[in-house]
Amino acid sequence: MRKKMTDMVFEGLLRLADDNLILGHRTSEWCGHAPTLEEDLALPNIALDLIGHAQALYILACELNPKYANEDALAFLRLEHEYKNVLLVEQENGHFGNTVLRLFYFSTFMKYFWEALKEQCCFEKLKKFSEKAVLETSYHSQYSSQWVITLGDGTEESNRKMSDAIINLEPFVGELFSEDNFTRESFQKDFFPELGLICEKWKAEVQSVFTKANLDLPNITLKKRGGRNGEHTEVFGYLLSDLQYMQRTFPNSSW
Amino acid sequence: MRKNTEKAWDVLRELTDPELPFLTLNDLGVIRDIKIKKDNFIVTIAPTYIGCPALSVIEDNITGELKKVGINALIEKSFSPPWSSDWISENGRKKMEEFGISPPLLKDRRNLGDATSKKVRCPQCTSFETEKVSEFGSTACKSLYRCLACKEPFDHFKCV
Repeated sequence: MRKKMTDMVFEGLLRLADDNLILGHRTSEWCGHAPTLEEDLALPNIALDLIGHAQALYILACELNPKYANEDALAFLRLEHEYKNVLLVEQENGHFGNTVLRLFYFSTFMKYFWEALKEQCCFEKLKKFSEKAVLETSYHSQYSSQWVITLGDGTEESNRKMSDAIINLEPFVGELFSEDNFTRESFQKDFFPELGLICEKWKAEVQSVFTKANLDLPNITLKKRGGRNGEHTEVFGYLLSDLQYMQRTFPNSSW
Repeated sequence: MRKNTEKAWDVLRELTDPELPFLTLNDLGVIRDIKIKKDNFIVTIAPTYIGCPALSVIEDNITGELKKVGINALIEKSFSPPWSSDWISENGRKKMEEFGISPPLLKDRRNLGDATSKKVRCPQCTSFETEKVSEFGSTACKSLYRCLACKEPFDHFKCV
């Protein structure tokens, strides 16, 4: 691969991996705290899938960039501004409804993203990986959509809490679909799909679930962004100090 | 060299899954290929789930067992085609049911119109009167069910 192409693929793998790692970490915070035993199994299982996706993507990224010895160096030893995840995934969990709504937003986005990569991606290893990842991500989208419907269409209180969660997450949704030099170039080079198309599919699916849930789809406009450039919100520093604790305290430790 | 791949198959055929120790990796359809490429001995595995925590144990077990017979193997993970629960052998399905886990439905049977073919059967009392309790069970590959006839909860291996 030519240098410019390698840089682009590396950047794309990092964006995908960081989104998955950070949401995986947030989701894992529910372990031992979920409202029922079933959910206490479900959320850590999903976290495991997300972190597994991140790990596989970091391994591909390391192969392209000798600066990083292995996937742990990418996951645990970068500085805050070197992470490329969207702001949505780093936000605190809030209540259970807020957590499943964010999972629904993200996994539905990722489902269409993997589906598109599976059809077309100039980086063969990622294309193959997408065939597997899309199956797991669809399952997360399905699981979380059920909860959005159950809670939205539940009691007055659960509906109110879901409506609050929609308002709470709304400023962060637009960044998933926001364009920059990287997204335009990666689309041109057949590496990543067109975000506009993903956005259309995403909106249609969220709308159909929200209709069943008696919830209103908010306007998806770009309000807050920065994650893709390494500009994060305050909560991210606290998340990283937790996430990186073991590697910083016991350097090079492994399982 | 060819002899070596046969020897490797003989060793690996017996290797069991760390989370489902009554099943062999071969029953699960996880070991896809054993081949020699350039001077490397390569075992290709298809992970059931990408983030399956048993994966590193599986890899260590494969390389460890092969080392015992003098083979230094490398592991390659394959995601395409993705691992399918249809790859679990008939024998594997039988053993699963014996150990109280309802085996995954076959994909072509799931698509049939017949309602019973889509239903999950209780591994304890064989009743089809069962309901899903949660999409996720004790491991990533299983979901949680309850039998309405004998009231026993049980794990159902997901169909993927």
